[in-house]
Amino acid sequence: MDDPHLQPLAKNPKRMEAIAALSMVVGMAGFVAFIFAYWVNASTQWEALTLGIGMAGLGAGTIAWGKYLMPPGPFVEERHDFHSTDDERTAMNAAITGRGGIEVKRRKMLLGIFAVGGGIMTLALLIPGVRSLGPKPAKSEDTQGSTEDSLFTTNWKKGSKLVTVGGRPVKVDDLDVGGVLTVFPQGFEGSSPDQVILLRLADLGPNDPPYPLSSPGRTEWGVQGYVAYSKLCTHLGCPVGLYQQKTQQLVCPCHQSIFDVNAGCIPQFGPAPRPLPQLPITVDPTGQMRANGSFDQAVGPGFWERP
Amino acid sequence: MIDKTLNWFDDRLGTAKGGRSFLDKIFPDHWSFMLGEIALYSFIILLGTGVFLTLYYVPSAHEIVYHGSYVPLRGQNVSEAYGSTVGLSFDVRSGLLMRQAHHWAADIFLGAIAVHMARVFFTGAFRKPREFNWIVGVIMLILGILNGFLGYSLPDDLVSGTGIRIAFSIVESIPVVGSYLAFFLFGGNFPGSGVIIPRFYVIHVLIIPAILVGLLAAHLGLLIKQKHTQFPGKGRTEKNVVGSPMFPNFIAKTTGFLFMSFAVIFLLGGFAQINAIWQFGQYQPFQISYAVQPDWYMGWLDGAARIMPAWEWVGWGHTIPLEIFLPAVIFPGLIFNILIVWPFIESIWTKDHEYHNLLDRPRDRPKRTAAGAAMLTLLFGVFFASSTDVMANFFQLPLMDVLWFFRFFVPLAPIVAYFLTFKICNEMRVAEGIGKRKRALIVERSTEGEYTTTEAPVRPGDGHEEIDAIPVPTFIDTTDPSLATAAGVRRVIR
Repeated sequence: MDDPHLQPLAKNPKRMEAIAALSMVVGMAGFVAFIFAYWVNASTQWEALTLGIGMAGLGAGTIAWGKYLMPPGPFVEERHDFHSTDDERTAMNAAITGRGGIEVKRRKMLLGIFAVGGGIMTLALLIPGVRSLGPKPAKSEDTQGSTEDSLFTTNWKKGSKLVTVGGRPVKVDDLDVGGVLTVFPQGFEGSSPDQVILLRLADLGPNDPPYPLSSPGRTEWGVQGYVAYSKLCTHLGCPVGLYQQKTQQLVCPCHQSIFDVNAGCIPQFGPAPRPLPQLPITVDPTGQMRANGSFDQAVGPGFWERP
Repeated sequence: MIDKTLNWFDDRLGTAKGGRSFLDKIFPDHWSFMLGEIALYSFIILLGTGVFLTLYYVPSAHEIVYHGSYVPLRGQNVSEAYGSTVGLSFDVRSGLLMRQAHHWAADIFLGAIAVHMARVFFTGAFRKPREFNWIVGVIMLILGILNGFLGYSLPDDLVSGTGIRIAFSIVESIPVVGSYLAFFLFGGNFPGSGVIIPRFYVIHVLIIPAILVGLLAAHLGLLIKQKHTQFPGKGRTEKNVVGSPMFPNFIAKTTGFLFMSFAVIFLLGGFAQINAIWQFGQYQPFQISYAVQPDWYMGWLDGAARIMPAWEWVGWGHTIPLEIFLPAVIFPGLIFNILIVWPFIESIWTKDHEYHNLLDRPRDRPKRTAAGAAMLTLLFGVFFASSTDVMANFFQLPLMDVLWFFRFFVPLAPIVAYFLTFKICNEMRVAEGIGKRKRALIVERSTEGEYTTTEAPVRPGDGHEEIDAIPVPTFIDTTDPSLATAAGVRRVIR
């Protein structure tokens, strides 16, 4: 009994036992306090505090018991080799190759058919397992499908009314210079692929030339100082929601791609590879803003089928 | 009574023999062996709090009007997923505590796995015969990261919804099959036909946890079968394990540690707000907030996507979005595959096919340690790159400068880290007495002005001599003490 392996580590075991007991009692009090805190519907903080005290008290006491009061050793245990004897290995390997070999030689055809059958079964089960999950993506741009089965289409058509997410039609005098607004084609408010950011870049009237600072050949795509671009980042599809009026840049908050508003929203910086697709817009005689066509390319991030 | 019960089981299952060797199983005493335990105990919290959350969470994108007790949201249209998450936070008693403890436990779970893995790597504990367990561990890490992502996506709030949008685009970026995979997964073009939340839900609460529980059983089973590694020391050889026994010491200490881990997680859950989704609002595909960052274990992927140059490949009527595919698919795939095959790379490289039960000191394997340091530098580099915008704001630097810094730092710093670590390891190996406690020297000046130096007296613990380890005494009986040294006879300890 005087073996040092079995003596508690604590210099004064009686005192350590008292400390461990006290710690556990504090823990018990903590749990009781938790029940009370729950009972009186106290705050989350009180619940956490009481539960934490309970668990920490109980835990500390138990650790003290295990570490300072139990026989500390050190104790030793022998390891045993994992591998079997050579004879056992030979017997095992022979059982597989020998017995298996005989059967493979005898029934080659059966084995082949079994393997092919198993493969077909896997394929047969995988088809509904995968194919039922969702629609096939539509092949190309001219598909008249909905935006739900095509990465190429949006709901923007020539003449679509620009409306806010709340459905309010957007008039030509709605925005001051420097203003931005997220718009949708009427009837598709809040739709992800259709989101468009409308910017008013200059104070131009109906008799002025259309907004000039667009890409070459697209000067007619804006109207009265307004331009409209897809709000889907061409990097990973986040909404390009930050407009820095001073530098005339659109910034995607996800991965910091920056698009130059004054130059057809070409990417100036960051991981986005392509300009934001531009939506041609116009104003009808009543002052209502309308799309003057659809996007000339797929919106959002790149994918294999994109030409 | 206890004897009778144990005998009842032994009669039927033969539990006595294996049971005793299980109780005698030796756990080496070293603090770094607790890291895996932290992961295990946070996993237990995850299961417990997770079950609580499933009772109130509704996995549905169906739109409802919020009528709960959180005033700013009242009357707004929200999805059932979002509404029920806010509801279980504010209208279910203890719900907020459970939800935040769940989130904290997930962050700690993955953190503990990462640190545990670093311990195993740098001490060479993955070597033969433990390659299996290393691989099981890596797979658990991958599944843990995936499940963490799925889990924080479930509330359908603005931040996590943006994460789902990014996930769609990443799947979409895979050449040839990407758009098909994305459409199948989401039930159509983003945001899909309302199936993604229920699908994430069943994967998050059933499929991955079930696999994790199985792998965990394998991880611990292999550990028991193969026994622990240990650091070299007095009486420790490749053929034995020295430490404290499973019963009672380890059970007591680890149970206490379990409660301590629980305490920390619940205290964090109650005091440290995490993922305050009621402030972010319901996800809308056209809305976004500033400084969008994922949970920490996804940060390295986000950072990789940020610093990647815009290298989209277009040709022959097809597009390969390399600016997404390389950092978001190839990069993590490469990292995880390197981790999985590392034990084999190392054993082929060093031509070392022996059993290793004694651990290395990291400095004694400078190349491995340097490789590990380089890997960590790479991962931390991309991790910090995921907050370029926050850093630019904080340090008042142009965003572009911060990004260009990381574009060079991430590929170059690991090379520097490799050679630096290699050098430090080698220096430490030749330096004498390093890592040991230094004896102080006392310098005295005599009245004549002469200086003498003497060593300070031995401080408590300095001259500590470890005693020899003995087999665990199991039998409490009255065997004649004179027989106690004979083989197969255990000593008397009553």
